Amino acid sequence: MSSTFVVYVEDKPGVLNRIASLFRRRAFNIESLTVGHTEAPGVSRMTIVVGTDREGARKVEAHLYKLVNVLRVDDVTATPAVYRDLAMIKVTATPDTRSHIMQLVDVYRARIVDVAPGSLMVEVTGTEDKIDSLLDVLRPYGVLEAVRTGRVAMARGNARTPRMRGTSAALRGPIPRIVSQLGRGTGVPLSA
Amino acid sequence: MREGVSHVFGYPGGAILPVYDSLPDYPVHHVLARHEQGAVHMADGFARAGGGVGVALATSGPGATNMVTGIATAMMDSSPVVCITGQVSSGLIGSDAFQETDITGVTLPITKHNYLVTEADEIAPALREAFYIARSGRPGPVLVDITKDAQQGAAAFDWDAAEPTPPGYRPDHRPRAAEYRQALDLINGARRPVMLVGHGVALGRAEELVRAFAERSTIPVAVTLLGIGAFPASHPLHLGMMGMHGEAWVNEAVQQADLLIALGMRFDDRVTGTLSTFAPGARKIHVEIDPAELNKNVTVDVGLVGDVGEVLATLLPGVAPNDHSAWLARIDEIRQHAASRSIQNFADDGRLYAAHAIHDLWQATGGRAVVVTDVGQHQMWEAQYYRHDAPRSLITSGGLGPMGFALPAAIGAKLARPEADVWVVVGDGGFQMTMAELGTLVQERIKINIAIINNGYLGMVRQLQEFFYGARYHATPLVNPDFVTLASAYGIRGIRVTDRAGVMPAVDAATAHDGPVLLDIRVEPDDAVYPMVAAGAGLDQMIRRPAQEVVG
Repeated sequence: MSSTFVVYVEDKPGVLNRIASLFRRRAFNIESLTVGHTEAPGVSRMTIVVGTDREGARKVEAHLYKLVNVLRVDDVTATPAVYRDLAMIKVTATPDTRSHIMQLVDVYRARIVDVAPGSLMVEVTGTEDKIDSLLDVLRPYGVLEAVRTGRVAMARGNARTPRMRGTSAALRGPIPRIVSQLGRGTGVPLSA
Repeated sequence: MREGVSHVFGYPGGAILPVYDSLPDYPVHHVLARHEQGAVHMADGFARAGGGVGVALATSGPGATNMVTGIATAMMDSSPVVCITGQVSSGLIGSDAFQETDITGVTLPITKHNYLVTEADEIAPALREAFYIARSGRPGPVLVDITKDAQQGAAAFDWDAAEPTPPGYRPDHRPRAAEYRQALDLINGARRPVMLVGHGVALGRAEELVRAFAERSTIPVAVTLLGIGAFPASHPLHLGMMGMHGEAWVNEAVQQADLLIALGMRFDDRVTGTLSTFAPGARKIHVEIDPAELNKNVTVDVGLVGDVGEVLATLLPGVAPNDHSAWLARIDEIRQHAASRSIQNFADDGRLYAAHAIHDLWQATGGRAVVVTDVGQHQMWEAQYYRHDAPRSLITSGGLGPMGFALPAAIGAKLARPEADVWVVVGDGGFQMTMAELGTLVQERIKINIAIINNGYLGMVRQLQEFFYGARYHATPLVNPDFVTLASAYGIRGIRVTDRAGVMPAVDAATAHDGPVLLDIRVEPDDAVYPMVAAGAGLDQMIRRPAQEVVG
C-alpha cells in the first residue's frame, strides 16, 4: 500500500537532504519524489509517494512536521486529487513499424517529440497505470530508453499553496491537526 | 550573551579561533574541556541541572565529529544544547580541505535542527533562532556551523528586530475540548489507574501539578529513568521506576492497570518491554508535547498534545476525588512479597554490594545531592536505591546510553547549580572513557565528588553474558589503574573503600573536604541488577533476584 503526500518546504539549500534523511532514518521507503518551485516565492513543493499503510502515513506526516523547514504537509491519499506522471520513451521504429507506433501514440494521447532514422521519442503524461500500459504495448517494438518523472499530485477544489511568512494567513494558523487522525485506540473496555 | 549565556564549554582549534579571540570581550566564562565529547556532555549537564540552554564550542573536522556522541545524547533525552562549530572558509567547502567535515550532514539525524552559516550577517540571526529552537517545544540540540571567513567578517545586528520566526516551526500545541472530556471520562471511571511520569514533567516544570493531580484522586505514580525526581520518592503514592530494571511491583501495577496516564514520556522500549503484551487491560492517555510521539510505539486512546503543565492544569478541576485504596492495597501486597528478594534486607555476609554503597551514599548525603550517573549497572542501582525527592536531582543519560557521560555532565551541573552537593556515580568502565575531564575539574577548581562503583568488569555487559551467553566473560574483565593514585596525580584526594562500614565515613570525609574527592568503591564483582526484563519479554516476566533469608 502506498500513500501520497504533498509537502511544502522552504526553498533553502539542504532541505531535500533533510527530507530524504528522514525517510531513511525512520525506515520508510520512498517510491517516488518530485520537487519543484511553486507559484509562491520561496516555497518548493514536493510530491512524495511512500510505501506505507495508514498508520505509517500518520507517522510520516508527524515526523515531516518536526523538520523546521517544512511548511505544510497534505496527505492526499484519501482526498480527491489529480495524479500525473510524465514519461519519455525512445522506441525502435523501422519504416514498417513507424505508423503502427504512431497510431498507438494517438490512442494514448501521447506525442511524438523526436523522430530519428531508426527510432521515435514519445512523450506521455497521465496516471502511472496509463504510462505502464503504453510501455507494455511499445515493448514489443523495442524500447531503447525510458524515463519517468514520478508522480505529481494536486488536490481538487479550492485548496492553494501556502505563502511564505507575511503573505498569507495559511501559514500562521494553527498547525493542521495531524493528531485528530489518531488511531483507533486500544479498544480495551474499562473494567466493570 | 543576550540569550543569558554565562558559560560555554569548548575546545579551540584553527577554524573557530576568530570566535575564541573575541570571547574575552564578553562576560561569558569559557570552560576548557579535555575532549569535545566532554564539552557537549558538560553543556548537556548544565542544561539539565539548571533548566537553561547549554552551549558547546568546537573547531571544524575532528573537533566537530568528537561532538557527535554528546549531540546524540542530548537529542535522545530532549536536552536544550546549542553547539557552535567552526568550518573551513566558504571558498574551501567541498575541496576536502584540512579539517573539513560536513558536520551539518553528519549531525542531520541527531539534531533538532542545524545551520551552515557562510556570511557574517547570517551569524546572529542563526544563533538567535538556534537558541529559540533548542529551548522551545520539545527541547533538543541545535548545531550552528560557521565558516571561518564568516567569523572574520563584520555585520551589524539589531537584536530586537531579529525576532526568530521560522515559518515552518510551530512548537505550540493545545488539545481540543473534546479530547479533554474524553480524558476526564477515562480518569474518573478508572478503578486501577497508574500515572507514568517521564522527563517531560521536569522539562515542563510540572512537578507540582503532577503531585496535585496524583493526590486529588490517589493515583499511584510510576516514573521512568529520566522521570526520577519529578515526583518525590518519599511520597506515599510513589511506586518507583518502571521498565527493564524497574521494581517488580511497579511493573506489575502497570501490567494490571486499567488506565495509564502517561505524562511527558515516550514509551521507550526499556520502559514497555514487549509491546504486544504491554499493559493489555489498560486504556491509555498520552500527554505529550511532540505530536510525532503519539501512537509511535504504543497505540493510545486519548492523545493530549501540548505542554504537560498546561494540560494538567486544565484537567485538574475536572478530576473527581476518587478513592483508589483497594488498588493501592493490591500493589502494596506485591511490594511486600518483593521485600524477600531485596538485597537491602539480606544478612550482612561481609561483602560490599553496590546497592549497599548507593544506599549508604543516599543516607550520608541526606538524599539531597544532585547525582550524575553514567551508564550501566551502577546507573540502575542508583535509580533503585538512591531515593530522589527533588526535581532535577538525578542527571543521567536514558536514551542514548553513552558511557563516559557522568563526569563531564557533573561538571556542567555544578556550574549551573554551584550551591548543590554534586556526586558522580560511575562505573570503572565508563569513568575511563572520559576521565581526562579530571583535568577540567582541577583547572576550574570545581568541588564535586566521584564515587566509582568499581567491580573490575563492564558489569552490565557481563550480566548479559551471564544470563544469555553461557557466562562466557569475554572482553568484559578490566585491568584498571589504581584510581586513588590516579586522582593524586591530579591533586585530587582519593579514598579506597573495601567494606560496607567504610562507605559512610568516606562519603562524610568527601563532603567535608575542600576540593574534589574520588572514592574507589570496590564492590562485589559478580552481582547483577535485578529484577530484569529480558529483551523480547513482557514487563511482568522478570528475572528476579533469588530469594534469601531476610533479616529482622
